[in-house]
Amino acid sequence: MNLKQSFILALKSLQTSKMRSFLTMLGIIIGVAAVIILVSVIDGFKSDLVGQFESLGSNLLTVNISPRGGNRTVDVDDMLQITDENPELLAYCSPTVMINQQAKFSTETSSTTSVTGVSEDYNKIQSLEISQGRFLQYMDIHKRSKSCVIGSYIAKEYFDDNAIGKTLKIGGNTFTVVGVLEEKASSQESSDDDKIFIPYTLSRTLNRSAKITSYLYSIVDKQRSEEAKDVISNALYKVFSNSDAYTVIAMTEMIDMIDEMTGKLTLILVGIAAISLLVGGIGIMNIMLVSVTERTREIGIRKSLGAKKFDILSQFVVEAATTSACGGVVGIILGIIVSIFLSGLLGFKAVISVGAVVIAFSVSVGIGIAFGYMPAGKAAKLNPIDALRHD
Amino acid sequence: MIDLKDIYKIYSDGDSEIRALDGISLNIKEGEFVAIVGQSGSGKSTCMNIIGCLDVPTSGTYHLNGTDVSTMKDDELATIRNQTLGFIFQQYNLIPKLTLLENVELPLVYRGYPPQKRKELAYAALERVGLADRYKKFPSQLSGGQQQRVSIARALAGNPKVILADEPTGALDTKTGRDVLEFLKKLNADGTTVVMITHDNEIAAQAKRIVRISDGKIISDERQAQNL
Repeated sequence: MNLKQSFILALKSLQTSKMRSFLTMLGIIIGVAAVIILVSVIDGFKSDLVGQFESLGSNLLTVNISPRGGNRTVDVDDMLQITDENPELLAYCSPTVMINQQAKFSTETSSTTSVTGVSEDYNKIQSLEISQGRFLQYMDIHKRSKSCVIGSYIAKEYFDDNAIGKTLKIGGNTFTVVGVLEEKASSQESSDDDKIFIPYTLSRTLNRSAKITSYLYSIVDKQRSEEAKDVISNALYKVFSNSDAYTVIAMTEMIDMIDEMTGKLTLILVGIAAISLLVGGIGIMNIMLVSVTERTREIGIRKSLGAKKFDILSQFVVEAATTSACGGVVGIILGIIVSIFLSGLLGFKAVISVGAVVIAFSVSVGIGIAFGYMPAGKAAKLNPIDALRHD
Repeated sequence: MIDLKDIYKIYSDGDSEIRALDGISLNIKEGEFVAIVGQSGSGKSTCMNIIGCLDVPTSGTYHLNGTDVSTMKDDELATIRNQTLGFIFQQYNLIPKLTLLENVELPLVYRGYPPQKRKELAYAALERVGLADRYKKFPSQLSGGQQQRVSIARALAGNPKVILADEPTGALDTKTGRDVLEFLKKLNADGTTVVMITHDNEIAAQAKRIVRISDGKIISDERQAQNL
């Protein structure tokens, strides 16, 4: 008696009592479906979140210099030089200075618009596309020209999409619009499209502060973000001799953090879902015990005809495993359907993980074997005479 | 073929012990047709279980086809049952959810024959009992006599040396019972050793040799000249 025959026999036995087989499988179905749904929803949530971070630029390094750095300080030129010295690691650098002034458009004042002082490389770091005009250029920065590049929201809202050459006021200074950025966030208020970029060299005048404390770098190769981070950290350490005076954060680290967070979340939730798999396994064990008792006579007949202990054992273990595997398959299908349905409902794409499907299936087969073993062992140990006499 | 020497089967139940078989010696040669007769509780079923390798004696030796089986383990006994013996039970003992062909195939499955060979042998065995055309039917679709013929086919399928029949006519009416008996006689005429257990003297009278058991002991052992 080989396993293939046991398997065919098991399928037959499932067929003969469909309702009972379904109820037996229910625990496994629910458990497997729960695991698939949770994993795919969390994976979907994660890739949504990571996608949002990546849209900010996953190849970014943010440097913050503590304003209480004491007498020692770094020049913008020093920071820019780090890029020049490490072309294999760092692509571009730009200071990012938040300007604490509101923008005025002829009559209106916008409180939602953010104004940032940047260098001519900022658009390359952030992959900003220009829809009209140009981005800030080296000469704008160098000559501290009062030019600005505006987001698509501002161009639409205040300039009727015809902003080039028009003026706006920031902190009492008149700026000329030289470029409009391509729409990034469907031109909403306070969004990425509600922004103004000006030369960072003007920030001293506007903020009344000489210090530039934050910089943005783009790295050449994401895989080497640690090296890039070290290069900048080392350069800063030489200046400050104190690692608390600055922070260097790679966007890849943020993504790693999300990975770690969602990983833990997955583990906890899947752990809870796994309890229902366990309960399902106990259900299978229960039904198999009943089935062994019911089929005592059959076992006796088989033994009298020459079935060995292993033959009987494998017959019942395979039957339990088949039941549970069928439950697993139904659970996987159910889980995928519900995940797709939920992804429509939650507004992000649920990611069906092949790994989760494979693991869920193997676990359900494993549960069948583990929980079927005890009843099967009981069947295998039956004395053929007693079993034949049983009615 | 079957050689029992000083077989005892003793069940101890706390203080008291029950001697189901109390020193039985019996030798059955190849080609014999033996009826073991006794009232219920006489020990004839226990004797049958031991001859059928379903049970081992408490003491004594049992040689079946030259092999000492009295001290064998369960799985070894299973192999002996599978290869040397064919059982016919009073209650037919067919598996209800299997078709006739699958039922007859069972001993061959456990013998490890490939599917094609099994099916051919099982079909041939069903032909011998005249039920080949119904091989796809289930036991519940047949009459009692037909079911008993299927169980005979199952016993024959593996071409055993010995057929053990435990009250083969017990659940059948007189006429079909007689048919089954005729079939056993025919099998015996073809050379198969047949051992039949019964409490019915009329049935036993059809055998070539009658062994009577009472209280775990053989009280008579006679050959019937008219059947030889």
